[in-house]
Amino acid sequence: MAAHSSMVNANMMSYRKLLLGLAAALLSSNALAYDFPIENRWKATVVGTPPDYRAELPEKIPLKKRRIEIFDREVPEALWHDQELRYSYALQKDPAPLVFLIAGTGASYDGGKNTNMGKAFYDAGFHIVSISSPTHMNFVVAANSTGVPGHAYQDAEDLYRVMETIWATLEDRIEVTDFYVTGYSLGGFNTAFVTRLDEERQVFNFRKALLINPPVRLYSSISMLDRMLENIPGGVDNFYQFYNRLVEEIGRVYKRADSVEIGEDFLYQAFNAVNPDNEELAALIGVSFRISSANMAYTSDLMTDFGYIKPANMIMTKNSSPGLMMPVAHRLGFTDFFHAYFFPYHQARDPSVTRSGLIEAMSLTDIEDYLRSAEKIEVMHNEDDIILAPGEIDFFPRVFGERAKIYPRGGHCGNMDYPDNVAHMIGVFQE
Amino acid sequence: MTKTQNSLPARLLMAFLLATSLLTAGCSTVPVQVGDTLDEPVFSAERIVREDTDYVETFPDPWEGFNRTMYRFNYRFDRYVFLPAVSAYQAVMPDFAEKGVHNFFTNFRQISTLINSILQFEGVKALETTSRLLVNTTIGILGLFDWASPMGIPYHQEDFGQTLGVWGVGSGPYLVLPIMGPSSVRDGTGLLVDAVVRNEIRNEIVDLETWQEWTWTIVDAIDTRANVAFRYYETGSPFEYEWVRMLYSTKRQLDIEK
Repeated sequence: MAAHSSMVNANMMSYRKLLLGLAAALLSSNALAYDFPIENRWKATVVGTPPDYRAELPEKIPLKKRRIEIFDREVPEALWHDQELRYSYALQKDPAPLVFLIAGTGASYDGGKNTNMGKAFYDAGFHIVSISSPTHMNFVVAANSTGVPGHAYQDAEDLYRVMETIWATLEDRIEVTDFYVTGYSLGGFNTAFVTRLDEERQVFNFRKALLINPPVRLYSSISMLDRMLENIPGGVDNFYQFYNRLVEEIGRVYKRADSVEIGEDFLYQAFNAVNPDNEELAALIGVSFRISSANMAYTSDLMTDFGYIKPANMIMTKNSSPGLMMPVAHRLGFTDFFHAYFFPYHQARDPSVTRSGLIEAMSLTDIEDYLRSAEKIEVMHNEDDIILAPGEIDFFPRVFGERAKIYPRGGHCGNMDYPDNVAHMIGVFQE
Repeated sequence: MTKTQNSLPARLLMAFLLATSLLTAGCSTVPVQVGDTLDEPVFSAERIVREDTDYVETFPDPWEGFNRTMYRFNYRFDRYVFLPAVSAYQAVMPDFAEKGVHNFFTNFRQISTLINSILQFEGVKALETTSRLLVNTTIGILGLFDWASPMGIPYHQEDFGQTLGVWGVGSGPYLVLPIMGPSSVRDGTGLLVDAVVRNEIRNEIVDLETWQEWTWTIVDAIDTRANVAFRYYETGSPFEYEWVRMLYSTKRQLDIEK
């Protein structure tokens, strides 16, 4: 009897083991699932990773903010404050790899996304150098060789010059084992062309490059972004009413809030209280990009006196008021900039340039063969990114194969602070 | 004689304002035209902006020339004096001491919130602010520690500009103050009144030497700057002056309604 019962026991034991094993298998496959908490692509894009779900990052890193002169040239009087390029770096004490971080459309080297990426890479043992987008006012004025941003190949040359100039100030101070480069959104797009340029110049010989949520075809993405403003009820002419309603709703939350500061936490709180619908979210994203496009186009117009918004023979002094040029700049989108400024500007310099040719050239498809063979370049993207036209996401697995990691959710750059994504970014460079 | 010393920082501010307004009165905000006729840009305002368009309301800015000049002055002051002082201060002070100083001034400034809550007949705010002051001044050791926040006593911020606003006084023209930055005639007056009243109250409580008053004023200023993230000309916008004016206008409107 005893033997029998012990056999039953043994059977029970193995049965239990099997169950446990099954549970463990289920659990681990669950751990492989992607649990980014926001299903809605618009919301993910606006809100990003909710505070409770963010990867743990060091609160402070030894970040130095610096300015550097890229060109010995005089900038227009009204842009006197942007003679030098601002950037930041954080250095390890011991020999370490170095990552260049390139910000997205209109964004600064010290914007939220570059700051968090910088913390993550620094924490993982990298030196970091953070650079503003070539579309940021400071970059256009201080570091753009022509003053006209948005050209994939020229922006790459300008970025490369900036990287070399900054590196020249650092090379005697630190030991770098390998160079890496990454960027998000337009910065990811820039990263592809910079990496390609590096194959010729070979100053850095990047070991790896990571493109985060890049557009495929610039023209397709800017068209989509321009159209998002149509979600303002009554169109862009009703921006005043849209703004007032937004302020009213935020005001209602603000009055009840404990906080007297309108910071990130408050805005998140306000967002949840107001709970905007998809059209409003799209309108907000459209407004945000419209501000970037207005800044970029007007700054460029001041740089070249092209006569896009500002009369070519009018000089803005330090004290000049832009007056109605400000609303005009905000009525015009990226596509207006392309057709009425960017294209004529380039055609005037090279008559062989055609409109469709320029559109095709400002695209990852233009360097598709290189990207297919460049083992060093990897991609991190989202299935539901709002800057990609239907089907465009397929470009990445098709061209990069295993080197493209596509997450099911996250919208446009909304999941960059999510632990899985942070781990992936670092993992790519630590291989 | 101590009376005149008491409002020294305030008097200095006034003198400075007067001097700079005299120096910059002639600044024009009109762009310079080269040649007889202005070229037509691709997108002119006539072509793009409908005449019946409403604009986001903002302060009237009749002194824009002065304001823009002062905006630039503030940038330079920030870059060459204020921010280096903040960095030096942060480098010298241990973090806990920095926090203590910040708590101290925050607590002391609650005096203004208390007075203005009373002036606005905001009973709950006045009571809560009184509780904060009592808790933090006693067990918080003169305000060095903030025990009121973890105890859940809400923090309010009311100034004399808001009080005037609540009582129906309009903002008046936009005014960029030296060092302090964006303001309006009403809010600038409010700042001055609050500062003078706080100084009077302080001098009733403690008897400070002139150098001690100066130390107080300077550390207060450095602490305030250290806790404001804004940096002039770093928003990446060539319309920064206009954006700051608009957002300041909106923020003040919300503050007054709160």
